[in-house]
Amino acid sequence: MLAQQLVNALSLGCVYALFALGFTLIFGVLGVINLSHGAVFMVGAYAAEQAVSHLGLPLWGALIVAFAFSGVLGLVIDLLVLRPLRARNAPHLIPMIATIGVGIILTNAIQGIFGAQNIRFPEQLVSNRTISVEGIDVTALELGIILLSFMLMALLLLALKKTQLGRALRAIAESPRAAYLLGINVEGLFYLTSFVAAGLGGIAGVLIGLYSNALFPLMGKSMLEKGIAVIILGGMGDMRGALIGGLFLGLAEVLSVAYVGSSMRDAVAFGLLFLILLIRPRGLFGTLMERKV
Amino acid sequence: MTVAALLQVQGLRVVYGKVEAVRGIDLELSTGEITTLVGANGAGKSTTLLALSGLVKKAAGRVLFDGRDLTRMAPHRIVASGVVQVAEGRATLTTLTVRENLELGAYSRRDRGSRADDLARVFELFPVLAERANGLAGNLSGGEQQMLAIGRALMARPRLLLLDEPSMGLAPIIVQDIFRKLLEINRAGLTIFLVEQNVRQALKIAQRAYVIETGRVVLTGSGRELLDNPAVQQAYLGG
Repeated sequence: MLAQQLVNALSLGCVYALFALGFTLIFGVLGVINLSHGAVFMVGAYAAEQAVSHLGLPLWGALIVAFAFSGVLGLVIDLLVLRPLRARNAPHLIPMIATIGVGIILTNAIQGIFGAQNIRFPEQLVSNRTISVEGIDVTALELGIILLSFMLMALLLLALKKTQLGRALRAIAESPRAAYLLGINVEGLFYLTSFVAAGLGGIAGVLIGLYSNALFPLMGKSMLEKGIAVIILGGMGDMRGALIGGLFLGLAEVLSVAYVGSSMRDAVAFGLLFLILLIRPRGLFGTLMERKV
Repeated sequence: MTVAALLQVQGLRVVYGKVEAVRGIDLELSTGEITTLVGANGAGKSTTLLALSGLVKKAAGRVLFDGRDLTRMAPHRIVASGVVQVAEGRATLTTLTVRENLELGAYSRRDRGSRADDLARVFELFPVLAERANGLAGNLSGGEQQMLAIGRALMARPRLLLLDEPSMGLAPIIVQDIFRKLLEINRAGLTIFLVEQNVRQALKIAQRAYVIETGRVVLTGSGRELLDNPAVQQAYLGG
């Protein structure tokens, strides 16, 4: 029973981590809490659903569409909203408020186009096969979510750690001015970061849409709340923190549903987060509000 | 002058809000020389350097580097064209290792092959960096961080090195050491533009010097001449 819950928790936690990773990457590099990330995540899921139902794309195609569509959307938000604020040296709160507005616009646009009701991915998109190992059932979807999430997260963490591009991003996170003097195209990497982070959000949108079997315009809202909780728990701007924080939140939710009751899910999960922050106010890996990747 | 001017600054002005920090200065740096810009705190030295690197807006004036106009160039392109700055104070990235800092120094270069050779050369120049290569830059002493900042700039293979107060906050003996290294780097052929508050040290190693006061160049000459100049002695060298 517990082992079964752990598998469920792992797949849910992976999606949270994937979402939070993009969220925290933007904070680390751009120094902005981008509150449109939830809406971008939702739009990615809708784009994928459209690609599946109208173009008949298979799952991998839908994931690529979600990544590209959300990525470009993130880039456009950066160009139209964040960049002008950067150019004016706006204090941190301003882009945060501005992105709330972007989120509302996107949510309303999707609601206007597709309606407020739930829509679903076609059932045949994911195999309904289940693998049983020692009495633990793992669905193909859960396994796919876990593998894909870990692959993407490993790729991102490795790139940040080992490549010249990753070093450059960490340099920007510590000091944009130092990065400029090193010959780093800081503005260009801001765009790249916005693109990749939003793209990961789009993929997370598809995965959660499949996992919960529902897409709806406000699906980004609760995800955004979870994302904020996860990156505060992990330590603002810290990649490992987002990963572990996401997995922890998935675990807390699944276990509270299993052992306390589903109506208490968020209360228990967020209560646990609160308790951890009482003990470690800076988050697991954090140096509070200090930007780093 | 027989040597060609590598960098020419003409009528540079920088304005912060209502304050005019740099009020129309002209500079000429000759290839292979050490040129210094000295003056008191707040005279406009750092602002001048930031303007050269494209980090603050120029209200007026032109910057020509080896015939190319850098006036409106983006900071990363200025670095790529060979003008590399070592910023003021602890300019190293403290959350990265020493080696990562140095490798990032070569960021603007496309020729990856020679990076290892350059790294070896920097380690030869500053052996302490080789010893601490895998440690975080934040754990280095102030002097070691300054060496790292200089070594990192060299990794870009600059044709002109801009230094903003390399002596800042360092013990005199360390300052001596840093300045010796700068001379060594210069003798190997690199043109250096040094901004300093430590006027005596700077004038000693500079072929050409400018004295800046409240945003204007008030005196120019060779380093030697200015060291012997009574006005300079009184204002900056403690009489």
